[in-house]
Amino acid sequence: MKRLKVALIGNPNAGKSSLFNYLTGLNQKIGNFPGVTVDKKTGVSTLSAAVQADIIDLPGTYSIYPRSLDEQVVFDYLIEALRNEAPDILVVVIDASNFKRNLLLFTQVKDLGFPVILALNMLDLAQKDGLDFDLVALQKELNVPIVEINARTGKGIDSLKAALVCPVHVAPDIFYKSAEVAQPVVAYIRNRFKIKSDYMALLLAHQHKKTKILTEEEKKDISDLVEKHHLQSNSLQYRETLARYESIHTIIHKVMSEDARQGKVRWSNNVDRIVTHKIWGYLIFLGILFLIFQSIFAWSEMPMQWIDSGFGALKGFISSLLPEGYLRDFVNEGILSGLQGVLIFIPQITFLFAFIAILEESGYMTRVMFMMDKIMRPFGLSGRSVVPLISGVACAVPAIMATRSIETWKERLITIMVTPLMSCSARIPVFTVLIGLMIPDTTVLGIFNLQGIALMGFYLLGFAMALLSAWFLHKWMGGKFKTYFIMEFPTYKLPRFKNVSTSIIEKVKTFTFEAGKVILAISIVLWVLATFGPKEAMLHAEQSVPMDTIHIEAYQNKVASAKLEASYAGHFGKFIEPVIKPLGYDWKIGIALITSFAAREVFVGTMATIYSVGNSDDELSVRESMKNQVDQNGDPFYTAARAGSLLLFYLFAMQCMSTIAIVYRETKGWKWPIIQFFYMSFLAYSSSLLFYQFFK
Amino acid sequence: MAEPVKTVADLRIGEKGTICGFTDEETSLKLLEMGCLPGCEIELDRKAPLGDPICIKVCGYNLSMRLEEASTILLS
Repeated sequence: MKRLKVALIGNPNAGKSSLFNYLTGLNQKIGNFPGVTVDKKTGVSTLSAAVQADIIDLPGTYSIYPRSLDEQVVFDYLIEALRNEAPDILVVVIDASNFKRNLLLFTQVKDLGFPVILALNMLDLAQKDGLDFDLVALQKELNVPIVEINARTGKGIDSLKAALVCPVHVAPDIFYKSAEVAQPVVAYIRNRFKIKSDYMALLLAHQHKKTKILTEEEKKDISDLVEKHHLQSNSLQYRETLARYESIHTIIHKVMSEDARQGKVRWSNNVDRIVTHKIWGYLIFLGILFLIFQSIFAWSEMPMQWIDSGFGALKGFISSLLPEGYLRDFVNEGILSGLQGVLIFIPQITFLFAFIAILEESGYMTRVMFMMDKIMRPFGLSGRSVVPLISGVACAVPAIMATRSIETWKERLITIMVTPLMSCSARIPVFTVLIGLMIPDTTVLGIFNLQGIALMGFYLLGFAMALLSAWFLHKWMGGKFKTYFIMEFPTYKLPRFKNVSTSIIEKVKTFTFEAGKVILAISIVLWVLATFGPKEAMLHAEQSVPMDTIHIEAYQNKVASAKLEASYAGHFGKFIEPVIKPLGYDWKIGIALITSFAAREVFVGTMATIYSVGNSDDELSVRESMKNQVDQNGDPFYTAARAGSLLLFYLFAMQCMSTIAIVYRETKGWKWPIIQFFYMSFLAYSSSLLFYQFFK
Repeated sequence: MAEPVKTVADLRIGEKGTICGFTDEETSLKLLEMGCLPGCEIELDRKAPLGDPICIKVCGYNLSMRLEEASTILLS
């Protein structure tokens, strides 16, 4: 069977991804472009009985000159075709309703000398806007095969497949005569690197410093040459773009007729009068956020319980299968709990990404960015950071995955770095227990519960700290790419179910397989730490509890408590006690800090084991037993100062292996998760220290 | 003294202008790619609730940008 290499290229919002979904179905794979954090979407499409194609969906770009990481990837892909296997055909996807601007990229790609097919999308929208095309004349002007498609309904996909199977002739005519503006340089580069088009040579002259395919020596040679001939990259580019638009104008006059109906834009604008209104705009956004929260908190609770009880049943089954001992504990507490910790996030991820995909597909996300940009800008963030940041209140894991939509790498990174400071739902059980120890359950001003106010205060404190940290990171990082907010304001479109569902499946897959590995590994390590200990100490722990055959449950709880103390986790808790003592913590809290690393809510369970409470699900009984703890003088151990210090620690510390795993996956390395871990630990430690020392 | 030059940032909602040049080279490249060409007519369509960013109509579509970016587009 013949196999072709096909690349899809086009402007953002031109319908490239929908086309890709139609061509490949679920036969797609998300990988990475080497060395960068841009997703590489590839898939296989069967074009005919005898021909298959490997299809790559390049990130959307307005021009071949890169201005963002995504655009850099497109450029690298095209320029690397010089050294590696070149694509057999490039499909340029064009939004007909935005024909002039889309054609710019087309003329650039065409001049590179690859075989090109033009997929003309959204012709129906263009016609509604009053644009009429003479496709025969267009084909003659551009001299490439043109296929009319509708990437929303799938119309024309078969014709496109048929066109891909036919050999595509590379027409010699070009839109922009690169050789005329920089003849000696272009000629030299073409000759030296055996490049088949002038334009590719010119691009290499423009971008030689950034590409990875040249050796240092080759780069220097090109630099010298560029300098010698006084080539000014920016002004050359300026003139080139103008010249291209001039050719485009000539073409458009011949192939397109326009009457000024502009129906679609006007309708969209009317909707926007309300949706981006001073008051209604924010209220609508608030309403949508509320719906998202509802879905993440409430709607996903049921499926999460199914997962929990499913695992409970599975553990019970394992217990009946295996004899009591380390193997059974390992399978149940090490492996299954780890898997549970991975799968439990799937309902939340599904809901959040259903909403985000719908918001993005419909065009509403652009409106959110538009309304919020000014508020976020002083902190080095932009309007794009708002939804991920706020989603962090439910769970940092899907929130960090949602930062994909932030184009600028620096903004995206800052958002990733500060999102875990937003109080996620796993902190709620911890807050419930500790606020109860710190704040009396009284009513102020007649209706407000003081504990409720304190809870809100901690949420706000987390948000404020996220903004503050963002500001510091912004100042500390500087910037490589200039950040722009020049972006298309798309008209509203009905979201397609196919695109929404593909997006959800893709996110769930990424999380389960990429982050899941790390979560499972850490879960096993934590189990080993809390189960095993120095042999003698463990044996001694078991024997130290006087046998009590009447209160068998109480006896078992005491044994579990003694064993935890004797385990490596217990030793580690004692080992770090000198460090955490200034915060008001003892080694028991030290153990909880360590086990909380699996997930913050484990704090409650660990406290239950340490104080032999037994039923770890009941936060109130855990709180009661903590309340009854006394220090050596007989005074209550959990004073307001101690509880407050712990609260601050849990608010700021990076105690979530799932978040670390997802940051590792999203930043493609350990550098940023490590930095994040340390800066958040620093925040937690210093604020707890100050609080405790001040109020004790 | 030369008359102060009008930029897109000075437009009022609904007001139109014709692009005659740019003040920032790098930003101008991005703007050209997005279809803001010298000689093109543009109209300020709306402003974000806090007055910044703004949204303009150009080439039959809507384009949003920050005031800072808009102030680099000179109008005649």
